[in-house]
Formats: sequence, structure tokens, C-alpha cells
Amino acid sequence: MNKHNKIKNGLQTLWTFLKKPTAKYSLGTLLIVGFVSGIIFWGGFNTAMEMTNTEEFCISCHEMRVNVFEEYKDTIHYTNRTGVRATCPDCHVPKEWVYKFVRKIKATNELYHKALGSIDTPEKFEAKRLQLAQNVWKTMKETDSRECRNCHDFKSMDYTEQGRRSMQQHQKGVDEGKTCIDCHKGIAHSSPEMYGIDPSTALEHR
Amino acid sequence: MKRPTLVVMVLGLSLLVSQAGAEQVKSLRGGNPLENSAKIPASLKVQNDRDPITRDYVQQPPLIPHHIKGYKVNMKMNKCLTCHSWSNYKEAGATKISQTHFNDRENNVLANIAPRRYFCTQCHVTQVNAPPLVENTFTPLETIKRY
Repeated sequence: MNKHNKIKNGLQTLWTFLKKPTAKYSLGTLLIVGFVSGIIFWGGFNTAMEMTNTEEFCISCHEMRVNVFEEYKDTIHYTNRTGVRATCPDCHVPKEWVYKFVRKIKATNELYHKALGSIDTPEKFEAKRLQLAQNVWKTMKETDSRECRNCHDFKSMDYTEQGRRSMQQHQKGVDEGKTCIDCHKGIAHSSPEMYGIDPSTALEHR
Repeated sequence: MKRPTLVVMVLGLSLLVSQAGAEQVKSLRGGNPLENSAKIPASLKVQNDRDPITRDYVQQPPLIPHHIKGYKVNMKMNKCLTCHSWSNYKEAGATKISQTHFNDRENNVLANIAPRRYFCTQCHVTQVNAPPLVENTFTPLETIKRY
């Protein structure tokens, strides 16, 4: 009880201190100091957030490095004829600030599971792969594949330059209001066990 | 004839023969000396996105008229079947897999593609733009030829 009172008193003192108008510093000094420290904090915050937005950061955990990163190295988003590469955050973190910030907050849940060791062996990862994949598919469906469209936009797509099959399928897709992830699943990482999703495309359990 | 002379003659003959033989044998590298790098073979491209390729003989597994780079076929998933399975071929506008692929080796009809027919690329292959290695005058039977 005594401790509780102490905290309460402390908070009260702080509040009175903050409320008290200053007689020592000029308004100009306060503004300039506030302005400069604002820039420093904001810049620092964003720089720190950008540091978590690199492939290097993503694969600094073995969960990402030995599973999904290895699989992605075999795909077209890693090597291709034009040399354009999409790294982890290009597809998995939104570009716009607000959405990015929300995603970063959600990522704290990943820290929790890192501590729990939920996917710390390839076997554990494999057991959870369907769930993890479905989470990503769901998000991409909800955002109309926003991260894909940072590079691949229907509006800038020239169907006549595409192959016969993709030309047909893409136009059909636009007409039906489909989004990238509806068809392009499992293109950057191994697919999960398909038996639960489309039994016709997996070897039966035996 | 003295013995030593015969030996010399035989040795000389065998040397001649072996030299002649050595001239005929050519390394796979051709006349390219060992210290030079081998010539890079022309890069072959998989024929992509063409109409179904007509069969040349009755039992021929149909050829794949598109590229299959990165298509995974393993126990968990079969990328080919995401378009060619009976449940997906209509929506994908693809050729559906043959009914024969549902039979196991005892000819029992299974509910899904038989494991022995699951690995598509064991029989079905893509084509590259390579010239034929040898001249080939084979023509398909009139009965299965399509123009």
C-alpha cells in the first residue's frame, strides 16, 4: 500500500512539473530543442524500423534462413534473366508507412514464437507450414495482393507480350476480379502439404 | 632372319599401328588443347507455350508444350496436377490426365492418380530448340497424324 502511494505521489509530482510553465527558457529555445529532438527521434525510429526491413535482418534467425530462404533461392524472385530481385520485405512488408507500422507491430507476435521455439526445427516448421502459408495467403487476399502489385500491376501489364496461356488466364483473372494470390500460391517457397487443400494434387497418405 | 631383327620389326610395326590408332581417337574436347577453356555450348531454350504437340506413335506419352521450370512434384504436392488433374483441368483450360493413370499395376482403378503414374516427368518431357542429333526420316502413322 505504501509502495502504491509512493508511485502515485511520484506521478503527481511529474504531472505538476510538466504542467508548470517555464520561466527559465525562452519559447524559441523550447521550440528549437523540441523541433530538433523531434527530428532525431523520428529519424532514429524510422532508421531502426528500416533496419528490420532488410533481408539480412530476416535471415539473421535460423528459422527463416534454413527453411524459407533456402527455398526462395530456387525461385524466379531470387534469380532471373533481368537481374531484378525481390527480397523478403518486398513481398512480406507493405511499402506505405501506416500499413508497414501495423505489420511491424504484428511482427512482435513472431518474437513471442521465436522465444517459444514454435518453429525452431525443420520438422516443427514443416508441421506448421500449412498454417503459416494460409496466414500469408489470407493477408494477401485481403489486401488484394498489395505487395505483389508494387511491381506487378494489371494496369501496366501488356498481355500481348505474354505467353498464350498466361494471356488467357490473366485476362480471365481480371474479368473475374481475382487477385494475384488466388492463383500464384507457393511460387517463392515450397508449397505446404496440398492434401488438405486440393487432394487431387497430392500423393495420398499411405 | 635373326631373332633380334624380328623383335625390332614387330616392335616397329606395333608402334606404327598404335600411332595410326591414336590419330583416329579423338577426345570429346575435339582439337581443343587442354589449357584452353572449352567452348560454351549453345544455350537451349525450352519451347514455351505452344499448342498441344501431336503424338508420333500411338503409345507416346504426350509432350509438354510449355516450360516447367520450378514445378515441384513431390509427395506433398504435384504442380502439374494443379492444372491437369480432373478437378482442375476445366478451369485451367488444360489437357486432363488420362484415365489409365488411375490404374495400379493390378489394373485396380483407384480414386486418385496411381502412385506409379504420379511422377509426370518420368514419361512426359518438354522440348528444346535443339537440332536433331542425327538425320531422322521417321513419319507418324497416317491414322494418328493431324494437320
